[in-house]
Amino acid sequence: MRRVKAILATLGSVAVTVFGLALVTFLIGRVVPIDPTIAIVGDHAPPDVIARVRLELGLNQPLPVQFLIYLKHLFAGDLGHSVMTGHPVTEDIARYFPATVELATTAIIVAMLLGIPLGVLAASRPGTWFDQWVRIVTLAGQSVPVFVLGLILLLVFYGKLGWAPGTGQQNVLYDGMVPRITGMLVVDALLDHDGEALWDALSHLALPAIVLAYFSLSTITRMTRAFMLDALSGEYIITARAKGLSGARILWRHAFGNIAVPLITVLALAYAGLLEGAVMTEVIFSWPGIGQYLTVSLLNADMNAVLGATLVIGCVYIALNMLADVAYRLFDPRVR
Amino acid sequence: MLTRRALLGTTAGAAFAAAAPDGATRALAETPKNMAVMVKQIDDMVSLDPGESYEFTDNEVDANCYEKLITPDPADGTKIVGHLAESWELAPDSLTFTFHLKTDKRFASGNPVTAEDAAYSLARVVKMNKAPAFIITQFGFTADNVDKLITAQDAHTLVMKLPERRATSYVLYCLSANVGCVVEKALVAAHEQNGDFGNGWLKTNSAGSGAYSLTSWVASDHILLDVNPHFRPAPAMRRIAIRHVADPSAQLLLLQKGDADIARDLTADQLKSLRNDPAFHLISSGQAMSLYIAMNQAVPELAKPEVRQAIKWAIGYDAIAQNITPDVWSVDQSFLPKGLPGALTEQPFHRDVAKAQALLRQAGLGDGFSVTMDYISHSPYAEIAQAVQADLAAIGIKVTLLPGEQKQVITKTRARTHQLAILVWGSDYFDPNSNAQGFCANPDDSDKSPLKILAWRSHFVDQKLTEEADAATMVLDTNKRIAIYQEMQRRFWEVAPFAMLLQKNEVATLRQGVGGLLIGPLPDFTIYRGITKS
Repeated sequence: MRRVKAILATLGSVAVTVFGLALVTFLIGRVVPIDPTIAIVGDHAPPDVIARVRLELGLNQPLPVQFLIYLKHLFAGDLGHSVMTGHPVTEDIARYFPATVELATTAIIVAMLLGIPLGVLAASRPGTWFDQWVRIVTLAGQSVPVFVLGLILLLVFYGKLGWAPGTGQQNVLYDGMVPRITGMLVVDALLDHDGEALWDALSHLALPAIVLAYFSLSTITRMTRAFMLDALSGEYIITARAKGLSGARILWRHAFGNIAVPLITVLALAYAGLLEGAVMTEVIFSWPGIGQYLTVSLLNADMNAVLGATLVIGCVYIALNMLADVAYRLFDPRVR
Repeated sequence: MLTRRALLGTTAGAAFAAAAPDGATRALAETPKNMAVMVKQIDDMVSLDPGESYEFTDNEVDANCYEKLITPDPADGTKIVGHLAESWELAPDSLTFTFHLKTDKRFASGNPVTAEDAAYSLARVVKMNKAPAFIITQFGFTADNVDKLITAQDAHTLVMKLPERRATSYVLYCLSANVGCVVEKALVAAHEQNGDFGNGWLKTNSAGSGAYSLTSWVASDHILLDVNPHFRPAPAMRRIAIRHVADPSAQLLLLQKGDADIARDLTADQLKSLRNDPAFHLISSGQAMSLYIAMNQAVPELAKPEVRQAIKWAIGYDAIAQNITPDVWSVDQSFLPKGLPGALTEQPFHRDVAKAQALLRQAGLGDGFSVTMDYISHSPYAEIAQAVQADLAAIGIKVTLLPGEQKQVITKTRARTHQLAILVWGSDYFDPNSNAQGFCANPDDSDKSPLKILAWRSHFVDQKLTEEADAATMVLDTNKRIAIYQEMQRRFWEVAPFAMLLQKNEVATLRQGVGGLLIGPLPDFTIYRGITKS
């Protein structure tokens, strides 16, 4: 019964959060000082055309009525049509979001595989040259703007060394050649057994993923190091050492085992951050993801697209938080 | 649709296809010889339906997928030549145009282009009444009368009867606008849904007889155009790939590495560095696009004629063009940009601080005044705004800069709540009326005005200019008509609350060995079919 109550409470809080998100994004979309008709009919359209479009958009209705209509459509899974693409926003999100998921997932895996060991090892050797080096490298990752790093990597690895391809998700020769199944090109090329396309997709993925991974790696490494320093000063570690356990066992089993749970939250938030915050990377690398879609839509006052994409990103954020919460409950007996 | 193998066959790209998956060799060194790759900012694209499209990239792509009855001569824009029309004549009543269509024109589907298609195309523009429809409906065509007034006499003869008499050149130039593109009636009608005239489908597809047809468009990612197999003479490029690359630095890098053949959005600094590089060559064309300062006449200080003149004399036009926008914007002080019929090339204003200060004193504002100026917050507008701010400060006008996104600034000026604003205006069609009406005509300054363009947005009311703008559209003699526009430009310099600053130059950077791209004064006239690669 307690578990059912807990589940209901969680679902209730999620519903309230999603409603709040929908309300806030809707209001922001309506109060921005941009006439949404400009995106549809441009700046030169005659007043009668503008008036007709305002009517079609329901902008003549009071704000609460507009919101109710928006909610009604939302419950029906209708986010409206994007002005910029001419497609339903749901279709657009299904097209652009997988590209971001592909990029962010690759980046978080790389960041996790490198960042956690670096943080653990740095914490186990505090004050040494290795620790200092890790701190400098991770500080740089958080200080250097993503677009600067992206341009430098492009210049070096594409412009000078020629090790990586240029911008975009794939070479123009492959446009439309790989059947779209998941929307993630690497996966689709794999499913299509197209080795050339797979290699092309992987090579295009490398640089933007490294840029994003570096950004997340800094956070993950620094947080891991901080958690580990705290854990390593615990009395149970002294006890373990007194018992004569090996350094590696103490480090990975006892200390790391205790920081794994808070680290899950860090990872979930870092992943969510990548999903919503890859905008600059997507722009620099011409990556057709949700960040670029959102930015272009915003600059073009394509409010249906802005609201839809914001809502989806917000829901993903909420979902990842919930997952972290569940993982907490699974791994930390004190929370169960 | 072309296949990857077809494109790679017998091209440099074959090396790419054959290369082992061993790292660096997989990055393309050259694009295939029968395919041109262009990098461009294409995030302005909204719709490819010629009856609806109005953004720059929309119209440029349409210009390569469709043909119109007539078009300005690429060599001399003041002349009109046939596109689909072999010839045309105007009846003695000065109302009835008869167009004789070429008989060898084919849509990408292989079907012949007929007068029925042309009549349908113009009628659907009127009936849909989307944003650019006014270019046709301003002649008096309505959803009710268009089917009677624009008819196919036979398979290759189109008759268009104007509801009211208008200047011949005005009518012809408007027909050469993007809304004049001829779509394949059968194909479009087959995709009609709920009486939308196929608009939903044609937004993201093409149905034209141009050199290329649309294969795919993914917004803010890429556009693929494949050759129309029935187009003659056959273009050398079988495919045009336009990739969205927002960052000019990335565009330059792709060009330098050979992954792109043409870059369209390089900055003034980048162009300067490439000008003497033998690996590239630049082509450019003045655009029918003006950058200007609007002075809202609702602001008492700006309503004084001497203040308007003082501002025009205070600005360092040449310094802005040379230092901020070399190559990409040049000084132009007329409301008709150079290249448009009737445009004056004189530059009556230059920076003269003493004269500007004297004018302010005459206005009783010798101690200056404060004013705000809205501008689009990205380059080069931000730099231009700062330069103007400094120029006006020198004569005592304190300008507070208000940056905003383009649509935000436009929204504000449409609501007439700006004071000064730096704005950009692109002509809708290649006729002087597009700008003359925009900048000069304001028959009703109330909120109920049917014409809320530039003059209205700045509360600029000048009876003479308003009447002349209207009268010029009725004058049948082209020379007399041009003379009216030239007279209007001179009066505009004296009375208008607009300081015309610059004209846009569209510059494309091509790799050596790549040529044949034709950049027109409007996006509608930028043509890919001549592109070649050696």
